[in-house]
This record gives sequence, structure tokens and C-alpha cells, in this order.
Amino acid sequence: MGLLEVKDVNKRFGGLQALGNVNLSVAENSCHAIIGPNGAGKSTLLNCLVGKLIPDTGSVMFDGQSVLGRTPFEINQMGISRVFQTPEIFGDLTVMENMLIPCFARRDGSFALHGIRSVMSEGELRDQAEAMLDDVNMLDKRNMHSASMSRGDKRRLEMAMCLVQNPKLLLLDEPTAGMARADTNNTIDLLKEIKEKRNITIAIIEHDMHVVFSLAERITVLAQGTPLVEDTPENIKGHPKVKEAYLGEAA
Amino acid sequence: MFGLDKKDASLLLIVAALVAFAPFLLNPFPEGSAMAQFNAGYPDLMQRFVIFGIFAIGFNILFGLTGYLSFGHAAFLGVGSYAAVWMFKLLSMNVLPAIILAVITSGIFALVIGYVSLRRSGIYFSILTLAFAQMSFALAYSVLTPITGGETGLQLALDDPRILGSATTAEGNIPVPGLFGLEMRDSAELMFGNWVFTFNVGYYFAAIVMLLSFYLAIRIFRSPFGMMLRAVKSNQQRLNYTGLNPRPYTLAAFVISGMYAGLAGGLMASMDPLAGAERMFWTASGEVVLMTILGGVGTLIGPVLGAGMIKYMENIISKINSDILHSWFAFLPDGLEDLIVTMIYPFIGKGWHLTLGIVFMLVVIFLPGGLVEGGQRVAKLFGRKKADETKSAKTEPAE
Repeated sequence: MGLLEVKDVNKRFGGLQALGNVNLSVAENSCHAIIGPNGAGKSTLLNCLVGKLIPDTGSVMFDGQSVLGRTPFEINQMGISRVFQTPEIFGDLTVMENMLIPCFARRDGSFALHGIRSVMSEGELRDQAEAMLDDVNMLDKRNMHSASMSRGDKRRLEMAMCLVQNPKLLLLDEPTAGMARADTNNTIDLLKEIKEKRNITIAIIEHDMHVVFSLAERITVLAQGTPLVEDTPENIKGHPKVKEAYLGEAA
Repeated sequence: MFGLDKKDASLLLIVAALVAFAPFLLNPFPEGSAMAQFNAGYPDLMQRFVIFGIFAIGFNILFGLTGYLSFGHAAFLGVGSYAAVWMFKLLSMNVLPAIILAVITSGIFALVIGYVSLRRSGIYFSILTLAFAQMSFALAYSVLTPITGGETGLQLALDDPRILGSATTAEGNIPVPGLFGLEMRDSAELMFGNWVFTFNVGYYFAAIVMLLSFYLAIRIFRSPFGMMLRAVKSNQQRLNYTGLNPRPYTLAAFVISGMYAGLAGGLMASMDPLAGAERMFWTASGEVVLMTILGGVGTLIGPVLGAGMIKYMENIISKINSDILHSWFAFLPDGLEDLIVTMIYPFIGKGWHLTLGIVFMLVVIFLPGGLVEGGQRVAKLFGRKKADETKSAKTEPAE
């Protein structure tokens, strides 16, 4: 059984069947990509995994527990971290503060009233945050106002914020959307490095085939809300159904 | 020092020094001189400075850190006042139990109102708090008259029980609030030539409470809790997906700032033991919003400065009348004197709100960071000049 098991998930928005009988199994320590043309239901599926949407029918099991009906912060506490399509960081805070917040969330849970002792006195968490920043080569930017950074840096910061929590599953929603080629390659390298170093399970939604084929071990192709095929990258490349539905124009 | 870093500690010390020497600093003009009416060093006004300072410091913990704009904070001030006066009526004239009850009552009140209001954010939150405050005002004004005294307000009476103290003084008067025998209204005067400096017990008591609450506010600002509150303001979505629940954080901030308001209300009643429903009116809630924005939202010292500025204008500008204006401009030819007095007249006396409005607009437009930003800009200006001077001083010998 995989770390994440999606069974017969259906989601309907009015007359639109956004997801129809989606089944998905993400094995532990693998990188699983979900691809598909625009409107295939990739983002809807992702939102069902993190508690933003609740499927009409079906089940989503993570690590043996159902995530359905839980709020996003509860699901994060279960071990799922999500990187957004446009970087979501705390723009008014410094890079270091951005890193400390997930550290506190991991140590103290979803709420803790530490109103008196100073943030500066949290040596252990600061070390953790700094080590992670060093890993993503951002240690020199730790006192920067995070809103003033470039988009690529914001993305790296967001990923570092997710990783410092040591999640069991990292969800990436088009992590290279709108990035220049060089930045895309940097992100691929970063993700590869993360995978090797941390033995983390990654589920990635991506448009860019270059990214998908350089990272994924399994690929699920969605079209019109239903999975067409699930296979290894080599087989997906040559699959006639996939070509027809998705790669058709590109190939 | 005190668990603060150097910058915060020196800020606290500066504020403590200003507050301690306020009777001198606010009375720069000798008695009887033409400028004496700009003196603000009398007990009543100084008490207001520090009490509204506490109110604004607390409001800033909610508004400045989380960005939730409450339009009903005066309700907590009013509740605090009523609670304190009831303590004077039932228990004793000691201010400590009165203030403690005021803080607890307003905290419970804030918990209830906050729990409901915080289900919404943005403008809906503001409207909900406004609605609650106006409901409280209406209740206090009419329905709850047995508890609140209704239109006349809640006052002390000779036949109040005061089980731990005396119901009446030896002379048969209503006793005054005090702290273990130290009466809040007692003052000592220091004459120094034409200058008169007043040191009031109530003021110094309120000032110490203000310094303590200022210190607590600094600790909250620098704590992980304060950081989470700023994260709430910055990006709630990210906070949720980072495994943190914004709701208890905002509720805790709301209750803390409500307790600050209750503390201010309790102190108000301790200085002058009566409470009226008008303290809960929406204009009073609006005033603390103005104070915070005028001084600088989210800064430590800003709300105190804003509170001081507004209370100063309210008390000093509103006292200027046309006779005083005429005496100022008496040196001008008659026609010109009348013209200038007519032009300035709408901005003084009862028109002080007009002056406040203009000052507020100017600050919001040109100094969005409030008076604190103004101070920083001035400091920068001088800092640059200094830097230039040292630079030129260094280059000169080379020539």
C-alpha cells in the first residue's frame, strides 16, 4: 500500500465533472508526477488532498488515516506540505522568520501561546532554520525582507519552509511555472538533491515535460477528470493514448 | 536587560524617563504667561495621556500585529470602567481589586465578542465588532440601567456597602479611590519661580501601570506569539498550510487587547470614580483607531505618541477661544487682525476636530507610517548630515 491512496474520488462543480473515479497510489520514497492538459482536474485533485476541497465521493487515505473532513492545518500536521503555484510566503516577515514559523508549527503543534519569551532565545529552532537555509543556499539572505526577493528565491524559500518540517509527503503544484530555463534547471537540481538527501515522497503536478521526465519515477496522466494511464516515464513517452490526449500537439 | 535587546531596552528607558519627568516636560511655560495655556502638565490631562496610551498599546497588539481592525474596542473600556466602579461600591475604595476585576471582566467580554466576530475577517469583522459595541452601548444606556446607571452613569453613593472599607469618611463624605491610604487625587506642587509643577499620585500610579503594559507589549511583539500574529496579517493561507490554526492566535490577540482596554477603563474609573455609557460609544472606538494610525500602526511607541497627540489637541486646542486669538494677533492692524482671527476661528475651540481631521489626513497621506515614520525620517536626515560632515572632515586633510 502506498503512502497516499486515492480511491474512486469524484468531484462535481455544478454541471462539470471535475474529477471522475480518480484512483491514485503514491508509493513511499518515490516521485510521482500528475500531468494532463489544462482543465484535466490536476489542481482539483491536489486541493482534495490538502483539505481545501472535499470530494463528493471516494476516499483519500494518507499514512493509513483519512484526510477527508480535516482542515488544511490538520493535514499539514499529519505530514503533508504543499508548495503553491505562485509562491506563498510571509511577505512582511524576514527570511529567517519565514523559516522559523514552520519550525514552531512542527515543534508546538497548531497553536501555542508563547507570549513572553523572545524569538531570539529559541536557539535550537534557529539552528534548524539556518541549516535548512544553508541547504538551499539562502543563508546570506536570512535577514532580508522576503517580499523584496526575486520570484526564484521566493520559490526556494517556500520549498525550504516545507522541507524544514520534514514532511512525509511534499506536494508541488507546478513548481517551475513561469520560470526561466536556467531557474527551471536549478529547481530540478534542487529537487533531485532533496530526494537523494532526505528520502522524501514527492507528488508533483507539472506542465513542463522536461521537469516531469527528469524527476518522476511514476507518472499518472489525467484527462477530463479521469486517469488515462499510470506508468513509468519511458512507457508514458511512447503511449499512444497519452499522445492522443496530451502530447498529441506537442509531439 | 529585562529580557529585552538593547534597542528595546533603551526605548523602554526613554519612555520611562519621559513619563517620570512629564510634569516638568509638559509645563515648559511659566504660570501667567501668554503661552501658559499650552501647558499640559496638569494631573487630569497627564492621566489621560497614559491611560489612553494603555488603550492604544493594547489596540495595536490586535490591529498592528494581526491587521484585524476592531471598531468596537471602546466597549471593553466601558466594561472595565463599570466593573471598577462596582468594585468601589461593593468592596472598597482600593484601586487594585477594582483594576483586577476590570481586566478580568473585559477579558471575558472580549472572549465572547471575539469568538463570534473572528469568524469573519476584513470589513465584516470590523462591522461585527462595531455592532457588538453599539449593542453594548445601547444596553448600558437603557436596558441595563440597574447595573450601569443608564443615562446618568454609574456613580458612588453614601449608602454603598463597601464591605472591606468604610462607607463614608469621618466627615460624612464619599471616600475617594486610593492605594493603601494613598489617595489618587493627592498632589504635591513644586513652585520654581513662576513655574508650578504638579506631581499627582494618580498620574504616577497610572504611569507605572502604563510602563508595565508597555513592557509586556514589547515582550509580546518579540515573542513567537507576536511573530505568528504578524504571519496572520501577512499570509493566512500559508499559515494554514504550515500547520498552524490562525483562529486561536487572533482570538488570543483580541482578548489581550480587550484586557488592555479594560485596564485603561479601570484606571479611568480609579482616577474619577464614575462610569458612563458614552465611553462605549462608537466615536470612542474610532478615536483609538485614529490614535494608533496617527502614531504608527504596528510600531511599539507609535500608539502612545498618537494617544498623547490626540488628547493634547482635544484639551489644549479646544480651550482656545476668539478672545485669546485676538490677544495673540493684537499687534496687527485691526482689519488684518479680524481677518486672521476669522480664518483661524473654525479650527479652534469646538472646531478642534477640524484641526485633528486635517492633521490626520496630512499624516496618512505624507507619513503612512505615522508619527514614528516622521521621526525616523528626521533622524535619517540628521544621520545623513552627520555622515556627510564626517566624510568631509575626513577628506579635508587630504587636500
